[in-house]
Amino acid sequence: MATTSAPGVGLLKGLGVTIKHLFKQPATQMYPKQRPDLAPRTRGVIALMDENCTVCMLCSRECPDWCIYIESHKETVPPAKEGGRARTRNVLDRFAIDFSLCMYCGICVEVCPFDALWWSPEFEYAEYDMGKLLHEKEKLREWMDTVPAPPMLEEGAVAPAEVTDAIAKKEKELEAEAEKQREASAAAEAPKSKAVESGGGAPKKADVEVKGAGEIDQETFDKLIAEGKSERIARSKAKAAWVRKEKERLRAEQESAEGGAEGEGAGEEAAAKPKAAQVEVEAGQIDQETYDKLIGEGKSERMARAKAKAAYVRKERARLTAEQETASAEPATDDAQADDAGAVEGADAEPAPAQKVADVHVEGTGEIDQETFDRLIAEGKSERIARSKAKAAWVRKEKQRIIDEGGDA
Amino acid sequence: MSDLSTRERIHPGTAPGEDFHLEIIGDGDFDTAEMSLSIGPAHPATHGVFRIVLDMDGERVIGARPVIGYMHRGFEKLAEYRDFRQIMALVNRHDWLSGFSNELGVALAVEQMLEMEVPDRAQWIRMLIAEWNRVLNHLMFIGSFAIELGAITPMFYAFREREDIQHLLESATGGRLHFTYNQPGGLKIDLPKGFMQQSVDLLAQLRKRTPDFTDLILGNEIFQARTKGVGPLPADVALSYGVTGPTLHATGVPEDSRVTEPYLKYDEVDVHVPLGENGDSFDRFSCLLGRIDASLDIIQQIHDHMPAGPVNQKLPKMVKAPEGSTYVRTENPLGQLGYWLESDGGRTPWRLKMRTPSFSNVQAIPYLLNGVLVPDAVAVLGSVFFVVGDIDR
Amino acid sequence: MTDLVLEQAVTFAAQSASLLTFDSFLLSVAAKIAFALGLFFVVPLVGGYMEHKVMARMQHRRGPVEAGPFGSLQLVADGIKFIQKEDIIPRAADKWVFAAAPGVALVPGMLIFLVIPLGPGVFALDLELGLFYALAISSISVLGILMGGWASANKFSLIGGLRAGGQLIAYELPLILAAITVAVQAQTLSLVGIVEAQSTFMLPGTDINVWFVFPQIIGFGIFFIAAMAELSRPPFDMPIADSELVFGYMTEYTGIKFAMFLLTEYGGMIIMSALMVVLYLGGWQLLPGVPLPGCDGAGGLFDCGWLGTLAGVGITLGKIMALVFVMVWLRVAYPRLREDQLQRMAWIVLVPLALLNLAVVTVAKVVF
Repeated sequence: MATTSAPGVGLLKGLGVTIKHLFKQPATQMYPKQRPDLAPRTRGVIALMDENCTVCMLCSRECPDWCIYIESHKETVPPAKEGGRARTRNVLDRFAIDFSLCMYCGICVEVCPFDALWWSPEFEYAEYDMGKLLHEKEKLREWMDTVPAPPMLEEGAVAPAEVTDAIAKKEKELEAEAEKQREASAAAEAPKSKAVESGGGAPKKADVEVKGAGEIDQETFDKLIAEGKSERIARSKAKAAWVRKEKERLRAEQESAEGGAEGEGAGEEAAAKPKAAQVEVEAGQIDQETYDKLIGEGKSERMARAKAKAAYVRKERARLTAEQETASAEPATDDAQADDAGAVEGADAEPAPAQKVADVHVEGTGEIDQETFDRLIAEGKSERIARSKAKAAWVRKEKQRIIDEGGDA
Repeated sequence: MSDLSTRERIHPGTAPGEDFHLEIIGDGDFDTAEMSLSIGPAHPATHGVFRIVLDMDGERVIGARPVIGYMHRGFEKLAEYRDFRQIMALVNRHDWLSGFSNELGVALAVEQMLEMEVPDRAQWIRMLIAEWNRVLNHLMFIGSFAIELGAITPMFYAFREREDIQHLLESATGGRLHFTYNQPGGLKIDLPKGFMQQSVDLLAQLRKRTPDFTDLILGNEIFQARTKGVGPLPADVALSYGVTGPTLHATGVPEDSRVTEPYLKYDEVDVHVPLGENGDSFDRFSCLLGRIDASLDIIQQIHDHMPAGPVNQKLPKMVKAPEGSTYVRTENPLGQLGYWLESDGGRTPWRLKMRTPSFSNVQAIPYLLNGVLVPDAVAVLGSVFFVVGDIDR
Repeated sequence: MTDLVLEQAVTFAAQSASLLTFDSFLLSVAAKIAFALGLFFVVPLVGGYMEHKVMARMQHRRGPVEAGPFGSLQLVADGIKFIQKEDIIPRAADKWVFAAAPGVALVPGMLIFLVIPLGPGVFALDLELGLFYALAISSISVLGILMGGWASANKFSLIGGLRAGGQLIAYELPLILAAITVAVQAQTLSLVGIVEAQSTFMLPGTDINVWFVFPQIIGFGIFFIAAMAELSRPPFDMPIADSELVFGYMTEYTGIKFAMFLLTEYGGMIIMSALMVVLYLGGWQLLPGVPLPGCDGAGGLFDCGWLGTLAGVGITLGKIMALVFVMVWLRVAYPRLREDQLQRMAWIVLVPLALLNLAVVTVAKVVF
């Protein structure tokens, strides 16, 4: 309720508020010159990864507006083996979305079991002719270049099944590796170097295959020899070090090559390469080279811009990842383990620099804040409500206490 | 006002192309006649295609007849041919300013019928977004009410805040108005990384900026002169018309289903319901403004509480509500929204009846407009908060 | 007959010591008309541009940015757009009255610019009855508004037009009473004379030169409010009241006729601001008691070189723009009043206050 004060004060306050705003920076975004900063989940346009489409028709059937048109034919695939059975498969002939009908509910993207449909935040496809809003397969495929990587999930979220599976697998591997290491180091009777070694050899990605023909890492070898290790031990460790480094290098290469497939298998990406996903690339810039090339090929400016933007992000991300990895490769042994630990514990492990109330986890076993409880009861609230609120109040206070203590320490 | 009972009323409105005529009815002396003024369906004050025919004596309104239905889209019938996933995308469109809260009602109804346990985290996130949605909605009405009274600036301030909130919600849901974020049993996907931090920052920013509205409008003497004592709605009349939401709270009745029959986790947070005394336009507006602060308080509590865990559960390929019926009411930004869901066990509801707050609120308009001046009629129309899509469905 | 008119016109023109007076009568008349028209078409555009920009920044927007440097040609672009639009006359409208209304509203504005002094010698006419002429002519424009409201055959327009009529009658009175008080103090109705009187007016008992705004701060306030109400500027824009009456008397107007109404509003802002500058804010004086460079005459305000003349014009325009800024500021900050509240304010507050002000100033004038 407004307090009644001397007459005219309200009028003067109004003048004060408006004149205050006169000297502030306007909030206007100069749209065509300044691109809006849209979230990756923005429902702008639907992109089609037609290779993934199996013509299952789920999207078309689930669409509330029936604005997806699919045509296909069956093809007979000759048997893979002699004497096998010939199989038929569906071949996609036409996939069109009529954006003049689409209500952007996202059900098609959601139901697609094969990850063939994706949301892209691009929105500049307005046309003067309604018919042109019918985007055919080729057009929808082009939008695929503008699909951003899905964002990581907020702290406290349960990771998707792909991620949890990958983590479980990784844990198992790590355990086995650690076991092997323990045995090996016990056999080598070199307890001092155990800490240095353990986990160091764990491959971060199983599919990176390194075939060595006995190459050794000279640096490690020299260091170990200088430490007075026997030549045999030094040689074997140096060999292992070489393999590690080689894997590091290969992985970096692979990742920069994979940059183009962003958006694919998001969960796996998040699990297997936390670093790549965490590399923050400032979007919005374009890769001039790609842009010029595409313009030269006669592509529309908008398309060229979108692709060049994607190319820029790809390149930048690869560069940053490579930088990060070379940086982390230097203190070689321990770092790999730290990374793995990070991957296992997932997003939760990130220590927040300043403790936020939301970050503190308080586990209560039904304690209540007596004060609040009494107050609420006195206010005539039901016991159930009073109890639950008092419980909440206890948790609040407890959190505050923990934070205060943390601050003192 | 002269005695009008002896005179004949003029036929309301003039047909297109017919000459404009103002009949003088009487015995030849200088006399006045009633005029019928059709406000809407396309008029700046009706923000939508709402029409109200005013019978006027000079500038004084002596009768008002709301004409609704210009925007009837058949939501209830459409819902009978949609499965529950599709209904989520449908219902956030009848009251387009509170899309999330609408979805919530349907989701709760389906969950109730399936006796589904919704994960805690999903419930807290639903509350968080529902409250942000409430702020979004109220900001819109603050701006539009001010515009109806001739103050253009608050609209721009409100839209700046709205833009920030929409941006925040877009990062989680992908939509700016039609969020489509609920599904039976929880939410489609968890919040993106950094959402909570952004939400905390935005809350701090809004707390800093909302006092501008108080200084610019609520405290302004012209505003008070225009709204105090205008269109008073007594509590009993309000209740008999089924008025809910801020319009009812202005009359002093603290009926708010977040408090009286809490859903989600509203029993674990303090919900403050700002109340008015006289039920006039001024009280309605100050309740609306107070509700923004109240929602911000709730958001603050949600930030402190947010538990970890899953946000959805494995659903069958096709969610089918078992045979039976249920009624769920939620406190939408504009008042009480009820969904009566009857299912015959099929994939679509057999009947989905909506009880929308705007429809009930608008019923009180003829009562409120009786005897006011045209400028006050606009002040009343602007303060009985409604969304036309929510009236006509 | 013709000779008589010509003779009168010559004496009329000769009254002034305007820089625009030439040996050739026709040249003089042409120069004066060009001056008034130029003022009428350029200064309101500047005022309008300022309104766009100031209003936008107060609402944390940018305002026009595309047309011309910093969007300065936006109003010109709008004008061109208006000209291109279809000129619609409603079938039920009273066609001649409908078509004449914008002109009737617009022309008085042009005529008033004839008497407004912008700087030393920079005016078209120095009428003995300048103030009377300005106030009398400015009242005509409401006739155009009433005509437009009636002839549109639209109920919203009719209500808007009648509101405008009622508002004008109510606010003409305090406006004139406030202006009369200035005339009493200056002992002249000539606008140039009033500026001159301000340059020599000393606070009673001292030798401190002040403008009339100091002894007549109440009169200035009344004049300002009444001027806003006469112009239907927010917060007194009930005749237009877009949320109630769609656009009041302008609802049915399109294209160039609509633009003429808009130009009337902006022109009116400039005219009223100019009158306030002349009546209360010392005309082209920079500060009370400070002569312009290169001028002498009364208070150092006349017989100036080109530098002083230019400076004088600049100062007047600057003051006008400052007042326009305040009008815009009020528009941004306040909601609209109700018609009956406005009437009550006029008859119960402003008119008695203006009469009191007149009485006090008259007595003071006699005593000191």
